[in-house]
Amino acid sequence: MKALSIENLTKTYANGLKALKGISLDVEEGDFFALLGPNGAGKSTTIGIISSLINKTSGKIRVCGYDIDSDFDKARSCIGIVPQEINFNQFETCLEIVLNQGGYYGIRRSLARERAEKYLGQLGLWQRRDDVSRTLSGGLKRRLMIARALIHEPRMLILDEPTAGVDVELRRSMWDFLTGLNRQGTTIILTTHYLEEAERLCRNIAIIDHGLIIENTNMRGLLNKLSNETFILELRNRIPENFSVPGHETRVLDEHCIEIDVGKDQLLNTLYEELTRLNIEVLSMRNKSNRLEELFLTLVDNKQNS
Amino acid sequence: MGTEKIFIALLTIASREIRRILRIWLQTILPPAVSMTLYFIIFGSLIGPRIGPMDGFSYMEFIAPGIIMMSIINNSYANVVSSFFGSKFQKHIEEMLVAPIPNFIILLGFVSGGVARGLMVGAVVTIVAMFFTDLQVHHTGIVITVVLLTSILFSLGGLINAIFARKFDDVSIIPTFVLTPLIYLGGVFYSISLLPQVWQKVSTFNPILYMVNAFRYGMLGVSDIEITHAFAIILLFIVALGTFAMVLLNRGTGIKT
Repeated sequence: MKALSIENLTKTYANGLKALKGISLDVEEGDFFALLGPNGAGKSTTIGIISSLINKTSGKIRVCGYDIDSDFDKARSCIGIVPQEINFNQFETCLEIVLNQGGYYGIRRSLARERAEKYLGQLGLWQRRDDVSRTLSGGLKRRLMIARALIHEPRMLILDEPTAGVDVELRRSMWDFLTGLNRQGTTIILTTHYLEEAERLCRNIAIIDHGLIIENTNMRGLLNKLSNETFILELRNRIPENFSVPGHETRVLDEHCIEIDVGKDQLLNTLYEELTRLNIEVLSMRNKSNRLEELFLTLVDNKQNS
Repeated sequence: MGTEKIFIALLTIASREIRRILRIWLQTILPPAVSMTLYFIIFGSLIGPRIGPMDGFSYMEFIAPGIIMMSIINNSYANVVSSFFGSKFQKHIEEMLVAPIPNFIILLGFVSGGVARGLMVGAVVTIVAMFFTDLQVHHTGIVITVVLLTSILFSLGGLINAIFARKFDDVSIIPTFVLTPLIYLGGVFYSISLLPQVWQKVSTFNPILYMVNAFRYGMLGVSDIEITHAFAIILLFIVALGTFAMVLLNRGTGIKT
């Protein structure tokens, strides 16, 4: 069963901007799916169309088997949306916001209250339920939007950059919450600029650029496309002059730090053996950048060059 | 969405609107009470006795229904225009747009809020009026019907204004340059029989004249125009504005890109 099926979706704005140029995409039920792309690629437009906030120009969208045009009430009942920008009434309390959203989905007040307690509790907001929402911090406002999106217990949750501007601790607890939700069967579609987040959470991925899907595969398959990785090594001893490691590209960053490329087929064991042979002692080793980030930049660059 | 769910959604929007009115009562209920009190003092108590009777009633008795109707018109319009535009501006209109609510329920919900404020302010101004004159009710049914229909009509007007509004200035243009002149020239403070023949004819193109006179008929039993004619005009405007508002909501004008 497909949680989301997009067929040849296009969107041209009134100013003539072609934001989507015919994208097709399937997301299976239960998936944790990443929709990535640079700014202005068309991610938010796609999400806006799925959630009925933007009118599409052409194409078809089905959510959990329901057409968003002809079966709009069933389709919308299957979707929970956590938008990029804060979009609740900043003069209402947290509880009012969540209960009202339940009301818009036709949920009785008593049931909405039960669920509000559950989700505000899980997201650490129940103690602040009577606080006016504008008094919350940025991270808590995002959590409130997640609780609001879950009040009707949707089968598919779409989060548009949910951790933007959120501190590390809150971000990690949000990851844990979303992972738990996904394990319980909720399909999650995530857009994010933190590629580490996508790599850690998502099983499948689509990359969108200039209104077109340029990659749509599973995360492992995508990462396998990475031809080499760059590591940064911190060394105990000073780096000798004319330093080089056979079979690897190296760049000296300072007298105790080097950058070294390791090909997809090269073993780290061999690299360490070679360093030992050269009497180089390694204090620490880390990726220069996130693997997905490297791949993402390569794909987007290739697309732009072509 | 089944009938029960639709009803819950409507109730949610309407009760949210009413809570908003009560939460900011210093902006929604009190100002009209203060300004209408000044109208009664200045036009009724100070200037009124010098003007003398109008249509067989003291000037204070004559203007009281008009002033009540003026506050209902202004406030039902102002409530919907500010609430709907505010929800667009803060983007929380999206809470409704992503939910499976039919557009006519969104319309009815906001109109309910406008009617509620119109009734609340109308009641407060009526109480104020009772300190200045003995209010009479000639026909209760007509009074209630005119109040309800008028507040529905101007709530729809406010909704349409808010749908088109892109900035705060757009919210005040219609009330300032259209609504206020029409109200003042709509027979609130005078009988149109005082006007020259030509201006009497011109006045009949002002829809507010029909509402003020229908309400005055309900209160005092006198009117410059035929009561059935007044009801027909009010209903016609409600159908026209209601249909137009639905077309705009269905298209997503002003709320979707």
